[in-house]
This record gives sequence, C-alpha cells and structure tokens, in this order.
Amino acid sequence: MNEPLGKKRIRVLIAKPGLDGHDRGAKVVVHALKDAGMEVIYTGLHKTVDEIVNTALEEDVDVIGLSIYSGAHLPLSKELMESVRKKGLTDKLVLVGGNIPQRDVKTLKDFGVTEIFPVGTKLNEIVDFIKERVKEQDEKI
Amino acid sequence: MKKSKSEELEEVILESGIKVKPVYGPEDTKNLKHEKEIGQPGEYPFTRGIHPLMYRKRPWTMRQYSGFGTAKETNERFKWLLEQGQTALNVAFDLPTQLGLDSDDHFAEEEVGRVGMAIDTLKDLEEAFAGIPIDKISTSLTINPVASVMLAMYLVVAEEQGIPWDQVRGTTQNDILKEYIGRGTWIFPVQPSIRLIGDMVEFCSKNVPKFNPFSVCGYHIRESGATPIQEMAYAFEIAITYIQEVLKRGINIDDFAGRIAFNFDIHGNLWEQVAKFRAGRRLWAKTIKERFGAKNPRSMTLRMIAGGGGGGLTIQQPENNIVRGAYYALISALSGTQTMALCSYDEAYTIPSKKAALISLRTMQILADEMGLRDTVDPLGGSYYIEWLTNEIEKKIAECMGKVEEQGGMVKTIESGYIQGEVSRQAYIHEKKIQSGEITKIGVNKYVMEEDKAEVEFHPFNPRVAEEQKRKLKEIKTLRKKNEVEEALLRLKKAAQTKENVMPHILKAVKEYATLGEITRVFKEVFGEFKEPIGL
Repeated sequence: MNEPLGKKRIRVLIAKPGLDGHDRGAKVVVHALKDAGMEVIYTGLHKTVDEIVNTALEEDVDVIGLSIYSGAHLPLSKELMESVRKKGLTDKLVLVGGNIPQRDVKTLKDFGVTEIFPVGTKLNEIVDFIKERVKEQDEKI
Repeated sequence: MKKSKSEELEEVILESGIKVKPVYGPEDTKNLKHEKEIGQPGEYPFTRGIHPLMYRKRPWTMRQYSGFGTAKETNERFKWLLEQGQTALNVAFDLPTQLGLDSDDHFAEEEVGRVGMAIDTLKDLEEAFAGIPIDKISTSLTINPVASVMLAMYLVVAEEQGIPWDQVRGTTQNDILKEYIGRGTWIFPVQPSIRLIGDMVEFCSKNVPKFNPFSVCGYHIRESGATPIQEMAYAFEIAITYIQEVLKRGINIDDFAGRIAFNFDIHGNLWEQVAKFRAGRRLWAKTIKERFGAKNPRSMTLRMIAGGGGGGLTIQQPENNIVRGAYYALISALSGTQTMALCSYDEAYTIPSKKAALISLRTMQILADEMGLRDTVDPLGGSYYIEWLTNEIEKKIAECMGKVEEQGGMVKTIESGYIQGEVSRQAYIHEKKIQSGEITKIGVNKYVMEEDKAEVEFHPFNPRVAEEQKRKLKEIKTLRKKNEVEEALLRLKKAAQTKENVMPHILKAVKEYATLGEITRVFKEVFGEFKEPIGL
C-alpha cells in the first residue's frame, strides 16, 4: 500500500497442499504479507498440487508459498516443482514453510524450491526476502 | 522486549485483556457471594471442582495421544504405554483416515500412516486393540467428520471381545465445528455434520450409556490462535449447538448432558489458566441449569481433559519444553481436570519418541505421587486474586458468547468465516507480540542461543505402511461378500437421505467390512462437501 503509484503490487499465492489442516502459520503469513502491501491469495485447505499451480497461473502471481506441517513436504514440493516446470512457471518464486527439518532443506532446494522458511522464522524475514527477490526478477525482465 | 529503567513490572495485562493489580485483598472479593458463586466441590455451581473429593478419591486420568503407522505398530505402543502405568488410551489416526479416505485413494498418497495409524476397515481396528481388554480402559478416538464410522468399528471390536456395549467407556472427539475453525479435518457441510453428531448422541444414550459421543475442543481453537476467553466461549457455543440438535429429537437434557466432555488447552499465564477453568465450570453449570433446565447435577458438570498444549512449546531449545510441560501439568492439576495429557518436548518437530512420551507420563505421575497435588481439593480456592480473576474471566466469557449469539450463533458465524477470521487475527497479533518481544518466550526472544541445534530424534516415516495397507485392503475386498456390502451401503444411503438414525446402518456396513472410504463416499453423495469460507 506504501508502494509508489505505477509500480505493481507483488502478488503472492499462499497454499495448503494435501490433507494437512494446520493453517495457523499460513494465515499469519497471509496477514503479514498483506500488511506489507502485497496482494495475497489464500487457497484454503486440502488443495491438490494441480489446483495450486492452476490458481498460480490464473492469478498471475509472483510467488507461490506452500505451508506444510504433516511431514509430507518432500513429496508434495517435488510434485509441485514438476508441475511448475510443466506449466512453464519457472519464473515464479517458490517458498516452502512449516514444520521443515534442517536436514531436508538441501533436498528441497535441489527440487528447485527458492527458499525454505521453517517454524520460528521472523515474519519480516519472509517479507524482505520476497520484496528483494521479486525486484531482482523484475530487473531481469 | 520492553525495558524500563528498573526490573519493576509496571503494567500487567493478561491475554484475556484483564489488567492485574500488584496486590489483591478482601475488598476485591467482597461482592462475591461465597455460598452461591464458589460453594463446595461437587456441588452446584462446581467452581471448585465437579467431585466432592476430587484427587483424594483417585488421581486424574493420564492419557497421552499416540498412534502411527499400521494398527499393529500402534497396538505395540498402546501396550507399552499401559505397562508404564498410563490409564487410558488416546488414539491418533493418520490424515487419510481422519478425512474418510482409504489408503489406496490417490489423494491419500504420502500420508498413509504418517501422523497416526491407518484404518481402512474393521480388520485394522481389530488389530489395534488385539489383546487390550477394552472394558478395563477408556479409549479416546481422535477423529471428527467420520467419528460415527470409528465408533461403529470400536463397538464391533467390543462385541468380538465379548464385552457388552453398556460396559464400553471412551470418547469420540467428534467435534466437527471446531474442525472448521482449526485443525481442518472437515469433509461435509456444517448442517449434515451436526446431524451425524445428533445421531451418535441419540444412539449412545440408548445403547452405549458410558460412552461420550463428543468432546468439545476449545483446545484446537486456542491452538489456532484464540485467546483463553475465545477458547472457552466458542467451545461453549459449539456445545450449545450440539445440545440444541439433540433436544430437537425430543431427548431430555438430563439423558445426555452428563456425557458431554470438553478438551481444553493449557499454555500461557498460570493464574489466568486456573481461573479460566474455575470460571468455565461455573458458567457451564449455570448455562445447563438455567438455560436448558437440567435437574440432574451431573448434567451441569464441566468434565474435561486439560492438556499442556503444543502452542506453548518452542522449536528453539526443545529441552525447555520438558520444563514447560511440567508447569502445564501443575496448572492442569490445580484446575481440577479429570484427564491430563501433555504434548511431549519433541512434539514441535515430530511424533514423540518413546523417551519423550515417557518423560511426559512421568511428569504427571511425579506430580500426583510426590508433590502433594492430590492432598486437598482446589487448593487455590479462596485466594483473593484467584477468586477475583475467576469472576472477571467468567464475565468476559459470557460477553464473548453473547457476541456470537448476536450474530446468529455458531453455525452461521462458521459458515460465514467470521469465527475463523477472529481466531486468525488473534494468531497474527500474538505472533507480532512475540516477534517484538512484547510477550516473552524464553529461547525465542530472550536468552536466545546462536548455536541452537536441536537434539531431537525424528520419528521415521515408513513408506511400506501404505503398501501393507493397500495389500490388506485388496485382500479384504476379495474375501468379503460383495452383495452384502453393496446392500448395506445402499441402506445406509437411504437412511442418510431421510431422518432415520444412520448408526445401525453404519454398524451393519462395518461388519460386512465395507471400507471407511466407501461409507464416506455414501455421505458425500448425499450431503455434498464443505466449501471453506476464507476467514482471515
């Protein structure tokens, strides 16, 4: 909201893939990103990877954020990255948050996930990261 | 972290928004009518406890949440916990089971056996309770939208063990309304979901009189971000919604209110939690007596499990959670709980290890046997501060309930996403306060350690569980009588379409080894699915 006129607002999709119902973290992040002036779409619970990627496409977001607490982050992120590549959305930032053990961070990055924000991350860290990386992305274009 | 010149606490405001004075005295409680508002333990309005002798008669029940992988693995953990002196079971199911999906459903992939045990048919539940005399223990089945199916399976297992239904003790969590607010295992729309709960209450009041067909969970509402006031107020409004559904069927309040159970959360300020439970007991008793005209004092008692909640634990310096757990257990005992459970110190990361689960159990046992928490009833009763705070909190809970009712009650405010929004906003406010240091959390925003490598053993996920479940499912499908299964499902569908109680039909289907997924599909066809309002 504080962005100067003419400059587009960053668009973020926050998504809950799979069966996990823990949405406190996802909703807190939605509030924080909105407060930081971003346009945020929240999917709600129990979404398939295809539904998420299609929403990202339709809504033309800059960032896809997945929130996962059940422990199924590896298979779900892998599937999402495959779908993202198939649909040609490789310019999007893909962030994964939730109950993510340190030992899985490298694997997630190998799948193509841009960054991981495990439980305990400061909200402004997420905000700053998105702003900076979207700016870099825009400058490339 | 706010720093003043000295160490002095200049202002104390509780999460409930109540301002606390440095000292309390007789003038703070002089308007309280002792007989009427505080009274005796075991007597209306039950402020001091629901039994006259409380823990002098017997200690609280200790019931840790457990279950993972296959029914066989879970059965081993159950037996081990009972050998260690645990006195009841609380069963964790995997997410596909909680959402009525069979293990071979494509949407269940990667989740089979992950956060609890997988149940597809009666066969699995038979294995989970093999060699466990279910008339000797009480079992809590933590499942919600398809609780009716799990209850049916459990009752058939009882039958097979030769135990009459009137000897079966336990609880199905079965609180669908809180699932829409937090936790998120919902399937069907709100109204038919409440009807299923009504069917279960009606069935149990006639056939399984010692079973609690639902347990209203303020716990998960608070874990989703609610204040202690909202936790109690929303739980009470939810319970009122279920009560109204049952009363509609012409059942007398005293025929079922005594079996209503609650599940509440403990973390945060010690005094505030203790006062919350004392206030809750009093307000609930008044509600059941004055509003619903109950005559039997048992109907008016707030029976609860009050457990140390994950929301208070931290991922940083996880061993500190052992200490937090001990304080939560102390609060629970000072609050007069019936049943106690503790999130284990590693639970912010993983399914608890055996070691962590044992520490939680021992924490509760030490409290009961070494620290004198059983010596006398409601030891904090009569304290100027506690009685004043109990009173203030009662007023706030009633006020918050009034707000929900003004807006048309729980069903309406959940369907519109209002409650979800209230709770998620609170979660955000709380998180900002932790990040700014306004709320102190040791290891998170005070006494932070840079080299904070957690020494936590992760519960291994076994992908072979899914294979094993799929194999079993296939085998059962070839062995069962196909026509009988189809017939049972058809009859169930007809009952669901009318007002007929579905429980006898679920029982029949379960006995024919219809799968959980097949039964759920019948309900989906008749009821449809919940459309989540985005409450922010």
